[in-house]
Amino acid sequence: MMSHLQTTWLMAGGILALLVLASVLGAWLKLKVADGNPHSLIDSLNIRIRAWWAMTIAIGLALLVGRVGVLILFAFVSFTALREFLTVAPTRRGDHQALVMAFFIVLPFQYFLVGVEWYGMYSVFIPVYAFLFLPILSAVKSDARNFLERTGTIQWALMITVFCISHIPALLNLRIPGYDGRNVFLIVFLVLIIQSGDIFHHVCSRYFGRHQIAPQVSPNKTAEGFVGGTASAVVLGMLLSWMTPFSVTEAALVSLACTLMGFFGGLALSAMKRDRGVRDWGIMAEGYGMLDRVATVCVVAPVYFHIVRHWWSA
Amino acid sequence: MIRTHQGKMGSTEICRRLVPEAISWALTRFTRLVTGAQARWIGCAPVPVQRVYFGNHNSHADFALIWASLPAELRRVTRPVAGADYWNASAIKRYIIHEVLHGVVIERSREDSAVEPVDVMAEALKAGGSLIVFPEGTRNTTDELLLPLKSGIYFLAQQCPQVEFVPVWMDNLGRLLPKGEIVPVPLLCSISFGTPLQLQPAEDKDSFIGRIRAALLATKESAQPGE
Repeated sequence: MMSHLQTTWLMAGGILALLVLASVLGAWLKLKVADGNPHSLIDSLNIRIRAWWAMTIAIGLALLVGRVGVLILFAFVSFTALREFLTVAPTRRGDHQALVMAFFIVLPFQYFLVGVEWYGMYSVFIPVYAFLFLPILSAVKSDARNFLERTGTIQWALMITVFCISHIPALLNLRIPGYDGRNVFLIVFLVLIIQSGDIFHHVCSRYFGRHQIAPQVSPNKTAEGFVGGTASAVVLGMLLSWMTPFSVTEAALVSLACTLMGFFGGLALSAMKRDRGVRDWGIMAEGYGMLDRVATVCVVAPVYFHIVRHWWSA
Repeated sequence: MIRTHQGKMGSTEICRRLVPEAISWALTRFTRLVTGAQARWIGCAPVPVQRVYFGNHNSHADFALIWASLPAELRRVTRPVAGADYWNASAIKRYIIHEVLHGVVIERSREDSAVEPVDVMAEALKAGGSLIVFPEGTRNTTDELLLPLKSGIYFLAQQCPQVEFVPVWMDNLGRLLPKGEIVPVPLLCSISFGTPLQLQPAEDKDSFIGRIRAALLATKESAQPGE
């Protein structure tokens, strides 16, 4: 195994080189292929590339600050995503107290629990306690109209944007024999394979996509894109196994599990988005929102966390 | 007063001007941050034309949002119309409405007032400023999109027929800070400015109020985040 420092430099250098390459390629495509005109695929590639730069810089800065930096970064991601989710939620006046609790108590407390490494509590706090307690706050306002839909949406918003995302910084809590001080690469590995799966899915769908999987839910998701995206993520996972505690075969299996979960979990989130009548979660934020970018990582994070915790953690 | 030397007077003067400026800046930033709203100028551009901005009213924050969404040079000449019963109730509110927002304070219940509220508003328009009004008259806490509109806006238009009336639709503010709540939830809001309208010659009250209402609803429709 490589030393910590070598791994860090290799990874940072590799990612920066890839980003520069992607930016140059994106600019070249825009100029030569699209002639500077609007072009749906090239423009969406360029939007993604810009998001990757932002993501890389944010994660890089957080890593420099250390564990607290990572916690604050993902708490901020959760906050922004929760805001986007609840913006299109069908809540009523009576839910105000529950919403205040969700933003200002549940979210910070979940990250506090992850911060103090209280696994037994951060695993159940939102699925059990927020789940049981928040509907009470709405019910005492004595307005039963669409109650199940309202409380269900608030719970889903918290599960996806707070509970799920908090499992990314929770990866730093795992104690993996022979992997001390390098847990942060577990996060980098996850983000890289998900992003690669996402981009290859997008490109393969665009050029080879014939069979839509659920056209009513997500017209962009095709069987061809699914195969391309999954294959690319598995290959990348194998190539990146040096930064993880996994062997090459294990890395392939973990990557496969993550992309499968990401693809179908993303489909479920798309259905919720459709139900709320919006094309993008960030529709109110003018352009691409946080949740549109992190949706796939959200649904994968707890599954990835539990795979690593169960098979690798001491 | 006689003992106060020149320097002291100077600094008092600076405070008197800078403090409202600073509060105004902070209020604008805070409102934009909490609501996450970016102004959409759908039916008109943010140009220095004398206008009455009329909006739907769900929350105290409506007031601040329209005001914060205007470019700084328009904000300086645009005065929110506010109810005296609420804004004159405490020293802080009085300071904010008069010194920071430069509001036009009117008596909402007719008996308390010697002057007609519409006359106060018309006077502010004749002085050259623009206004922000809420023709529903009070905050809408019902499930209806709009409450029945008050007729004051018609009489205002009669006195100042050259002024543009700009519909402003705000979404989600009622959820951000419902009436009676103290802590706002940071949901994303939207604010859209629709197509201006003016009082037609010999137009009657019902027709004008009907058009005002239709303009608000049309602005809501055109602002819908579509597929």
